[in-house]
Amino acid sequence: MRVRTILTSAVAALAAAALACAAASAIAAPDRPDPVADAKAFQNFFTRKFPKVKYEDFVNGPYSMNEDLHRQWEEKEQFPPYEFALEAGKEMFATPFKNGKTYADCFPNKGNGIRQNYPYFDEKEGKVVTLELALNRCREANGEAPYSYVKDEMAALTAYMAFTSRGNKMDIKIPDDPRALEAYENGKRYFYTRRGQLNFSCATCHVQSPGERIRAEILAPALGIMNAMPIYRSEWSSMGTTSRRFMTCNSQTRAVPLEPQSDEYRDVEYFLSYVANGLPISGPGARP
Amino acid sequence: MSMIRTRRAAFAQSGNRFSDKIMLKSNMRNLVLAAVLLMTGVWPALAASEADYKAAFAAAEAAEKQADQLRNKWTTTEAQLVAAKKAAGGGDFDAATAAAREAEALAKASIFQATSEKERWKDMEIR
Repeated sequence: MRVRTILTSAVAALAAAALACAAASAIAAPDRPDPVADAKAFQNFFTRKFPKVKYEDFVNGPYSMNEDLHRQWEEKEQFPPYEFALEAGKEMFATPFKNGKTYADCFPNKGNGIRQNYPYFDEKEGKVVTLELALNRCREANGEAPYSYVKDEMAALTAYMAFTSRGNKMDIKIPDDPRALEAYENGKRYFYTRRGQLNFSCATCHVQSPGERIRAEILAPALGIMNAMPIYRSEWSSMGTTSRRFMTCNSQTRAVPLEPQSDEYRDVEYFLSYVANGLPISGPGARP
Repeated sequence: MSMIRTRRAAFAQSGNRFSDKIMLKSNMRNLVLAAVLLMTGVWPALAASEADYKAAFAAAEAAEKQADQLRNKWTTTEAQLVAAKKAAGGGDFDAATAAAREAEALAKASIFQATSEKERWKDMEIR
């Protein structure tokens, strides 16, 4: 009788412990990074919010949100304002450095049709490498001074590389490396964190309010926002790189922008590109 | 005649009482106004000295340094710091001290934002 009681108590204790473990893992589960589930939820959110928008059209930013703007954009594409940057980028890309090498020597497939693979996680460095960063590293490796991340030369080069990749589906990988997952998670945190005196996060405009007006502009959805980079903005009357876009977004919320290609910007580009996997590259883009 | 004098005297006396009342009322009003000003802190402040400015600016800079460590500086804080330096350079320590205090308040708000967002960002996440 006594043995039976002891056995019963032991079984009960084991069952309770098992239940506690299961409950603990269930509670911890939502905080464990799951990029695949994130991307699915991200894409579902936008397709549910905008059921009339064709999935591939999300890469066209504000033009996907408003029929009138879409028509204007179609007309604009007959003589696109980024054309001059494309021409310049093509020429720069083909012009040899002083040592005789070219950008093509730094990239897989000679730099053609590879935009969809950037940014990538460099396991040697343990950090995210964006296309802009890779271009400047290529220049430095060949004895050339790096370009400004926010000026026309970088925009022209990335415009040309995006153009050779148009239609290719975004294909960002997160390798089986805890540092890659951490970079992805940092990017996600940056995207959703409120900053600046206006207390805005990236998501305030591009998740909560796409299609709405902010002053005269129509806000773009976050889904596919990287696929159109770099962009010609009528507001700037010039081309803008991804770095420039992040920095101006920050200052518009009255936050002091970080330095171009800081870890945070690289990571947020990684996150935004990953959740747009499967959507076509449409860059260079044109925006109001 | 004497009746007229008596009436005049009485009138003058009543006039004095009337002006006394006005003066009393006016004094009371001034006292009340002073009390209100004191209570609301609107009493004209003494002019700020260079030392006041330096102390206010050092406090603002320390708070902004902390905001920088949290990677969350605000453009408005930076603008107030610049304004404070400019006013101090021109010898206007009232304006300089006020701008430095404003900068400190803004920097502290940005620190609060960065600290509270450490966990709060998850509320916005698409799941």
